[in-house]
Amino acid sequence: MLEIKNLHAQVEGKKILKGLDLTIQPGEVHAIMGPNGSGKSTLAQVLAGRNEYEVTEGEVLYNGHNLLDLEPEERAREGVFLAFQYPVEIPGVNSTYFLKAAFNEVRKHRGEPELDALDFLSLVKEKMKVLELPQSLLNRPVNEGFSGGEKKRNEIFQMAVLEPKLAILDETDSGLDIDALRLVAEGVNKLKRPDNSQLIITHYQRLLDYIVPDFVHVLYDGKIIKTGGKRLALDLEERGYDWLLHEYRAQTPSQQPSLAGAR
Amino acid sequence: MSTSTETIEQFINREYQYGFVTDVESDEAPRGLSEDTVRLISHKKGEPKFLLEWRLKAYRYWLTMKEPVWPNVHYPKIDYQNIIYYSAPKQKTDGPKSLDEVDPKLIETYKKLGIPLREQERLAGVAVDAVFDSVSVATTFKGKLGEMGIVFCSFSDAVKEHPELIKKYLGSVVPYTDNYFAALNSAVYSDGSFCYIPKGVKCPMELSTYFRINAVDTGQFERTLIVAEEGSSVSYLEGCTAPRRDTNQLHAAVVEIVAMDRAEVKYSTVQNWYPGDEMGRGGIYNFVTKRGLCKGVCSKISWTQVETGSAITWKYPSVILKGDQSVGEFYSVALTTNYQQADTGTKMVHIGKNTRSTIISKGISAGRGQNSYRGQVKVMRSATGSRNFSQCDSLLLGDKCGAHTFPYLEVKNTSSTVEHEASTSKIGEDQIFYCRQRGLSTQDAINMIVNGYCKEVFRQLPMEFAVEAQKLLGVSLEGSVG
Repeated sequence: MLEIKNLHAQVEGKKILKGLDLTIQPGEVHAIMGPNGSGKSTLAQVLAGRNEYEVTEGEVLYNGHNLLDLEPEERAREGVFLAFQYPVEIPGVNSTYFLKAAFNEVRKHRGEPELDALDFLSLVKEKMKVLELPQSLLNRPVNEGFSGGEKKRNEIFQMAVLEPKLAILDETDSGLDIDALRLVAEGVNKLKRPDNSQLIITHYQRLLDYIVPDFVHVLYDGKIIKTGGKRLALDLEERGYDWLLHEYRAQTPSQQPSLAGAR
Repeated sequence: MSTSTETIEQFINREYQYGFVTDVESDEAPRGLSEDTVRLISHKKGEPKFLLEWRLKAYRYWLTMKEPVWPNVHYPKIDYQNIIYYSAPKQKTDGPKSLDEVDPKLIETYKKLGIPLREQERLAGVAVDAVFDSVSVATTFKGKLGEMGIVFCSFSDAVKEHPELIKKYLGSVVPYTDNYFAALNSAVYSDGSFCYIPKGVKCPMELSTYFRINAVDTGQFERTLIVAEEGSSVSYLEGCTAPRRDTNQLHAAVVEIVAMDRAEVKYSTVQNWYPGDEMGRGGIYNFVTKRGLCKGVCSKISWTQVETGSAITWKYPSVILKGDQSVGEFYSVALTTNYQQADTGTKMVHIGKNTRSTIISKGISAGRGQNSYRGQVKVMRSATGSRNFSQCDSLLLGDKCGAHTFPYLEVKNTSSTVEHEASTSKIGEDQIFYCRQRGLSTQDAINMIVNGYCKEVFRQLPMEFAVEAQKLLGVSLEGSVG
């Protein structure tokens, strides 16, 4: 599904990713954890194709194709979905209309007929039930005036409609109360299928109480420094990141940046 | 960054589609302006004496006036002696004309503009008065409307057939002393549309005037007069285009609306005059005075405009709220790209008690466009219990354009409320990226964002016009869901 090899990326000349390797097979759920500033969100943005993030080295294969050659919209149509950490408001643009346009772009790309407004509406209503979202959301402009929790749930709702092959969830748990967290996680779990994969980026372990990952990776200083099963997340919750960083430093005697902000 | 910027550029530099010229022989007045020019126009139109007198008074008054310098627009001085003030396609016959007598080239021209004049080809529900340079060439559905007592015809015909109405209302809302361009128009106006809705009649179809400037170096000066009697209602549309030329052309029109007790008039414009090329050469100077008078109680006048063309737009569709409980509305989208300049807005003058006005203005600036909103809200001492709400938003595409807001608020009593909101935003890379991540192309994303931004105004337009307006902005139509 996804194969990242020795990925280096920078923003405005600042090196953030420094040789990241990661392989995701169909049907797998991977979690990426790490302290602030370790490069988690950069990874999400690079995979989605944000221009400001410059890849300087390495490659990303997505279903055997070079993902980095594709424009962001091409990646989206190929089934790469990013649930944004900060979903963007688009005033005046009706949510249903927006989602229908996106949905039909994906269908067109696959050579499938576009859905008309009525068929699309019934599909959407079906998906809304899963996330227990109020139907009024469909008539409101995209993310405008939504609460933080509504925005995050709306991202997962869009994911449910678009049915991506690779879903990247960038800190979807931040700003959610426990009920909203549970709803979002349930939604994500229901969308899990043997032929799609999820990459969950999170700072905290608590989301992983509900979404059980097959693998947990710790990202630090632009590299994955440790990979384990779901147990690793619990260890991190209990002990913080420090022990891991000590371990990592012991292995690599070269100079390491300070740990300000890590927990 | 680069990709979306490029597409923004493409979006901005869309070609002007209506820049062709129709090859017709025309009957023109010599260049320049004098009393003789005014007499010539009046004579050509076979006008009654009172009109010629009125024109001459306007002309003499104009001579004493100075061109206004307060608008936030810049252009070389206009040489009023180098303009042709009258140009009409040559007519084979005189007298009342049926469509069969209209030069097929003209019918073809309007067809190319998407305005078929043959009634059987018309979309049901819209009657058209087609004005070509200085004259009206055809008016459709005259007969059908006539059965209901509605008069919808060219201004020239109205002068001949209903001189008493013209005498009563011409200049009653916009006197020739009003401003420089209104005075000029009053002196040399050549045609336009006239519309009269009798008491209690709801006009069953949209009435529209389509203005086309064709001849080179010609100014277009037309007048529109709409009178809505007690309890009547009408929705009026106006469209405009002109050929692509290197020189600037002047369009100085006057629109007057009178609404009696409980009458409602909705006036919508999609203005798409030739805006000049990407270097700022050529284009129309659109210096227009539009004003409505809510004369009766509970009357309502609503202006909706989508301004995408013209090199320079100078225009403030206004409402004088004289009748108690009358309502004035102004909804505007103004787009400036390349070197276009727009200074546009409205005036709401509250005189009657419990009068209400709403102003929604959406400016979009791109390229090196300069967009100014200028709006005046004046609440007189007599207008107790009145309310105004104004919202002026500006959207910037790129970093070489400008947006300016000049609100003037004046309230002379304590029981009225006036609210003004303003915002300026830049079309966000974040918004574009968000849309692209969902599978939309950059172009579609920009269209969608701009369209969403203008929605409050587009909602006010009649359906067909809304579609045209969205197309004009390069915006795809929003679905009917939701």
